Amino acid sequence: MGDSIKKWFSLNLGNSNTKPSGSCGCGNPSGGCGSHNSENTDENAIGEERHKDGFEQVFDVKMDRRSAFKKLTASLMVGAGAITTSCSVIVGDETKEKAQIDWEEQFKGNYKLMSDEEKKGTVDRLVRSYQLRTGKTISMSSKNAEEDVLFGYAFNISKCQGYMDCVTACVEENNQDRSSQMEYIRIHEMEDGKGFNFNEADDNYYHEVPAEGHFYMGTQCFHCDNPPCVEVCPVQATWREDDGLVVVDYDWCVGCRYCMAACPYDGRRFNWSTPEVPEEEVNKNQHYLGNRMRKKGVVEKCTFCVQRSRAGKNPACVEACPTGARIFGNLLDPDSTIRWVLENKKVFRLKEDLGTEPKFWYFMD
Amino acid sequence: MRRLKVFGSLVKDSLDVITHGSKKYHIWMAFLTFVMLVGMYCYSVQLEHGLSVTGMTDRVSWGLYISNFTFLVGVAAAAVMLVMPTYVLKDIDFKQAVLIGEGIAVAALIMCLAFVIADMGGPSVLWHMIPGIGVFNFPNSMLTWDVLVLNGYLFLNISIPFYILFRHYQGKESNSKVYIPGALLSVFWAVGIHLVTAFLYQGLQARPFWNNALLGPRFLASAFAAGPALIILVLAIIRTFTAFKIRNETLKKIAMVVTVAAQINLIMLISELFKEFYAPTHHSESAYYLFFGLDGKTALLPWIWTSISLNVLATVTLTFHKLRNNSKVLYFACFILFVAIWIEKGFGLIVPGFIPGPYGKIVEYTPTGIEIGVTLGIWALGAFVFTMLAKTAIKIETGALRYHKNES
Repeated sequence: MGDSIKKWFSLNLGNSNTKPSGSCGCGNPSGGCGSHNSENTDENAIGEERHKDGFEQVFDVKMDRRSAFKKLTASLMVGAGAITTSCSVIVGDETKEKAQIDWEEQFKGNYKLMSDEEKKGTVDRLVRSYQLRTGKTISMSSKNAEEDVLFGYAFNISKCQGYMDCVTACVEENNQDRSSQMEYIRIHEMEDGKGFNFNEADDNYYHEVPAEGHFYMGTQCFHCDNPPCVEVCPVQATWREDDGLVVVDYDWCVGCRYCMAACPYDGRRFNWSTPEVPEEEVNKNQHYLGNRMRKKGVVEKCTFCVQRSRAGKNPACVEACPTGARIFGNLLDPDSTIRWVLENKKVFRLKEDLGTEPKFWYFMD
Repeated sequence: MRRLKVFGSLVKDSLDVITHGSKKYHIWMAFLTFVMLVGMYCYSVQLEHGLSVTGMTDRVSWGLYISNFTFLVGVAAAAVMLVMPTYVLKDIDFKQAVLIGEGIAVAALIMCLAFVIADMGGPSVLWHMIPGIGVFNFPNSMLTWDVLVLNGYLFLNISIPFYILFRHYQGKESNSKVYIPGALLSVFWAVGIHLVTAFLYQGLQARPFWNNALLGPRFLASAFAAGPALIILVLAIIRTFTAFKIRNETLKKIAMVVTVAAQINLIMLISELFKEFYAPTHHSESAYYLFFGLDGKTALLPWIWTSISLNVLATVTLTFHKLRNNSKVLYFACFILFVAIWIEKGFGLIVPGFIPGPYGKIVEYTPTGIEIGVTLGIWALGAFVFTMLAKTAIKIETGALRYHKNES
């Protein structure tokens, strides 16, 4: 499951895959080989301990070309924004602040490449902006992936009865657009005796379940370990996090929908118009990469409820399932339920021949 | 300094040329402007409400815009079929035609870029794609390759004709040592833009209809049929309405190119049909949907069968020398071939890639009025740009437009 075990061919000309620090040659981040250091090596060597004068503090900052350029443009843009807003006497302080936030948000960088401080900065701006607009306070997290965590999911086909509580819980948890009835999860109703025949399955039923002579199978984003959607994105607005979640930076997405064409599992959704969620139904416990409010013209998808899973909770669909058909957990934890399922059940995945390595398994009792 | 002065005078003169003309010319330009305005209005509606005003959905997430984009990349690539014989093989017959061909390429590329932008969900953050300022996912994403090759080809196709026209404008001969390397490069580049665009689809394991090795070559064959077919039609129009001399031999040679490409395209079509229908697999469902319909859903049938009949009719007509050498028959055959390939590369390729969906769901796609309005507007933009380019080029080539030192 580790990054270095690759069954597929990848060219990797750009050396973009940097390995997490602290991993050794075995490629196993969990420390199975015994040569992992528990402590991080101290990067501030003692020899470098000397005081910098004022000039050096300002100019002697390590900066690559991109960030230098970005800082230059950003400061220019912010400056221009500040001038336009501060020059007008009529507008109130709040309007000015709103305009300032809009400027900074419009020209901020890609979340994937941000430092932790920059991540916190944009999250603070978004929270403040929401406060200014609606008068309500939300909490938004920018929590990064934890070490030694790789999320995985298992689905028990024998147990699912097609109640769709998972779908409802998902929509409510993740602030999905109500007007277009966007749903990440699809439950396919299949006929007994025909096997997994997706072609004849119905993923849009409106009758009492469980229907006689049918069984049910849920699909959603499978958080592939080799996700085709990530490769094709022209601006790296979508990527695989270190804990295995495939996420989207909604503010960086340009809306070309190439990822939707590349996904073999129908895992992605597009905001064809401005998403609408009634104010009283907005889930205010948010994560930047998860259920924060989206805008029109960007792609979104299941994140295994990053706002919950990184806080140690189960995704909403797992919690809502009345039959216990859904199992979620850390694949690197040998005592987790998901590991027990993988080791003791006959599991399979969909379209394995495509080499996408989904982290979503199906099994039967 | 002197060059700047000449350039300034060229800009002034060409502005003069494109704003003056016959009554027919003015009507034509007014018509295009009107269509463009309608397109802009439709686009403003789309900007306001989002892409929900189009017929696209989560199930069929690319439609008319990307179809037209794909087709026009082919039209742009076709200019090379005239460039090669003229500049590299020194076949003088094509010399008058090649500037027109490159003009068509420029107009087609501008339309391509416009279609891509029209399809974007967030055109205001398009700067994320600019290398250096944004994040450019090169070389992983084929879309970034496409951005590079299309803009590079646009640059080549602007700079080569510009150099030649700039020299002729001053009454000088153009230096072949300057433009031959560029012309040679553009030959490879043209093949590149079309292959890269094909790889955009071909590389997706999620869509078996596209994920086949013949897609790239078939793109090339159909491009080298549709592009020169359009050039023949445009040359015929230019010959009737302007003083620009185009010899019959030129048209005949281009017609030969169209014929061979159309024949190869037909062979590849047969090969594809054989593969899909002799031993149909799960992966042949999109082809089944396209040609015969699935579960009573038959929206594409009229399109694809029109396309195939027109394609066969045109190819057969062009194959007979007697028919091909009759200019009226030739124009007709070129026209129906152009339409046939437009359908084939649009509705016949992009839309069925999404139907049935990854889990077999069949949701059909019909473009909306807004979408069609934007599309027509972009086509009008292309025609507008081409008319301006061609008018100036013809004036310079016929010697009516020359740089006068005293004037400036």
